[in-house]
Amino acid sequence: MTAVEARDLRRTFRTRTGVLRRTATEVEAVRGVSFDIQRGELFGLLGPNGAGKTTTIKMLITLLLPTSGTARVLGHDVVADVREVRRRIGYVFGGDRGLYERLSALDNLRYFSELYGVPPREQKARIGELLEMVGLTGRERERVEGFSRGMRQRLHIARGLLHDPEVLFLDEPSIGIDPVGARELRATIASLIDVGKTVLLTTHYMFEADELCDRIAVIRAGEIVAEGTPGDLKRLVTVGSVVEIETYGVGEAAVADLGAITGVQSVAVEERGQMQVLILHCARDAEVTQAALSRLDGVRVGRVGTREPTLEDAYVELVSRT
Amino acid sequence: MKQLLRQQLVCYRLQLKVITTSWFDGALAVFFPLMFATATLLIYGVRDDPEAMQFAGLGAAIMGMWTCQGVIASSLLTRERWAGTLELVVAAPTSMGRVLVPTTLALSTIGLYTVVATILWERWVFGLELRIESWPLFVTSVLASALTLAQFGFFLAVTAVRYRASWSLGAALEYPGWLLCGFVIPVATLPDWLHPLSWSIPTTWAMEAVRESAGGGSPWRDLLVCLVLGSAYAVLASFLGRQLVDSARRHATLALT
Ligand SMILES: Nc1ncnc2c1ncn2[C@@H]1O[C@H](COP(=O)(O)OP(=O)(O)OP(=O)(O)O)[C@@H](O)[C@H]1O
Ligand SMILES: [Mg+2]
Repeated sequence: MTAVEARDLRRTFRTRTGVLRRTATEVEAVRGVSFDIQRGELFGLLGPNGAGKTTTIKMLITLLLPTSGTARVLGHDVVADVREVRRRIGYVFGGDRGLYERLSALDNLRYFSELYGVPPREQKARIGELLEMVGLTGRERERVEGFSRGMRQRLHIARGLLHDPEVLFLDEPSIGIDPVGARELRATIASLIDVGKTVLLTTHYMFEADELCDRIAVIRAGEIVAEGTPGDLKRLVTVGSVVEIETYGVGEAAVADLGAITGVQSVAVEERGQMQVLILHCARDAEVTQAALSRLDGVRVGRVGTREPTLEDAYVELVSRT
Repeated sequence: MKQLLRQQLVCYRLQLKVITTSWFDGALAVFFPLMFATATLLIYGVRDDPEAMQFAGLGAAIMGMWTCQGVIASSLLTRERWAGTLELVVAAPTSMGRVLVPTTLALSTIGLYTVVATILWERWVFGLELRIESWPLFVTSVLASALTLAQFGFFLAVTAVRYRASWSLGAALEYPGWLLCGFVIPVATLPDWLHPLSWSIPTTWAMEAVRESAGGGSPWRDLLVCLVLGSAYAVLASFLGRQLVDSARRHATLALT
C-alpha cells in the first residue's frame, strides 16, 4: 500500500524586495514533483541547497498549501483531510530551533504530548522510553537553553516520535550530531523501519543515504532528476569505476597524458601531504590501470586501487549535469 | 472532555512556567504595574480627595492586568514563530485556540498577581486603604476581569500577528486602553464618539463591576455584559485563528526560514 503519494506538486513563493519601490519576485521552488513511497519504505530525498526538499516536505505535512498538484498521506489528502494527516505523521527538522528554551526537556515533551494527543496514561512511559532512546536520560530536568546543538537535535527526534506516528518526515535530522550520535541515529532510523514505519529522509550526507535508504530521489532546482535504489543511481551515472593511484611528485604533463587514455573520463589530483592521489573516473568496462601505469613510467607510484563509484560520485554527477 | 481539560491544564501550567521564567516578562509583570500605580496615585494625590484616591487605586490595580495581557498576548504568535515552535503547534492535530487560551489564561494569572501586588503597594507605600464593601463580590469581579481579559487576549493574539510589527501594536494598545477602559478617568468623561469603543472592550465592564462591588453596589449587570462580550471575542478569535492558519499556509509565513 502507498504511504505517501505526490502528484505533480508545485509551489511558488512570492517575495517582495525593495523598501520604496516594491517589486514582487516569484520563486518556483518545486516544479512538478511526483513520487510514491510504499509502506515500510525508507525514502531519501537528496539535492543541493535550495533544491526544494524542505518545501516538498512542508506541503506533505500540511504546513504549506501546494500551488498546484495533489498529495496523499496514507490515503488522506493533504489539503482536504488536514486533521487526519496530522494525526498520523511526525515531523523532525534539523537545527536547534523549535523548542521551548525556558522549559526542561521533560516539560517540552509533556507539552507536545498534549498537543499531539498522546493518551495521558501512556505519556509517562512513552516519554521515558524516548528519552532513553535518544540518550537524554538523566538530563531531562535541565532547561533546554543550556543544551548543546546535538542534545537539542536528539530532543527533536524524541518529540517527533511522541505520538508513535506511522509516517515520519525527517528533514536533515543528523545535522549537528557528533559521529557517534549520528551512528546511533542511523540505527534508530533503521529500527523504525523494522517496526513498520515509513520514513522520508533528507540529508546531505551521502553515506547516510546509501546506508539507510531503500529508494532515493534526487531533486535539483525543484525537479526530480533521478529516482531509484542507491544501486540504481550508482549505475545511472556514466562512471563505471574509479581508479585511485598514489604518486609522489607527478607533473602536470603526466596528468594531462593520463586524461588522453581511452576510457578515462576525468582525472583529478588530490594532494595528501607528500603524495598526490590521482583519481581517474573511468567508463564502464574500461580497463585503464595498465595503460595508466605505463604512462607514469619514471614517477614513484604507491598503492593502486580500483573502487566502485560511491553514491556521492553519482550524486555529484547528477546534480551538476547541465 | 476529560482529555480536553487535562490538555488545557498542562498547557496552562507549562506556559505559566515559560512566562514566569522569562526575565523581560517578569520585569514587565512585577515592576511596571507598580510604577504605573505610583504615577497614578501621585497625580491624584495632589487633590487630597479620598473618593478620587479610591477611584485611582482601584483603576491602577486592574491596569496592571491589562498591560500584562495586552503586551504579551499580542506578541505571542510572533514569539512562537521566532522560536520555531509555531510550525509544530500548527502541525499538531490540536486547534490553535486550544493552545492559545491556556496561554492567555496564564497571562491573566500573572495579571491577578499584579492586582494583589498593586493593592499591597498602594497600602504600604501610599497608606491608601481601599474601601471594599463586599469582598466576595469584589473577588468575583476581579476573577471575571481576569477571565474575560484572557478571552480578549486570545483575540489580540490572532489579530495582532497579521501585522509584522505585532509587538508594537500591543504597546500601542496599552495606553489608549488605560483611557478607554476607565482605569484612570471615568468613561463618561470621554468624548461621546469614543463611548462605543469603550463599551466594546470587556475590561471596561469588568472595571465597572469591580468599582460597583467595592462601592457596595450590584456588579451583576456589568459582570453579565463582560462575560458575554468576552465569550464573543473568544468565538470570533477561534474563527479568525483558523483563517490565520490557512492564510499562513498559503503565504508561507509560519516559519522564519
Ligand atoms: N517562505 C519562503 N519564501 C520565499 N522563498 C522561499 C520560502 N521558502 C523557501 N523558499 C525558496 O524556495 C527554494 C527551495 O527552498 P527549500 O528550503 O525547499 O530548499 P531545500 O532543498 O530544503 O534546501 P536546503 O538543503 O538548504 O535545506 C529556495 O530558493 C528558497 O529560497
Ligand atoms: Mg531544507
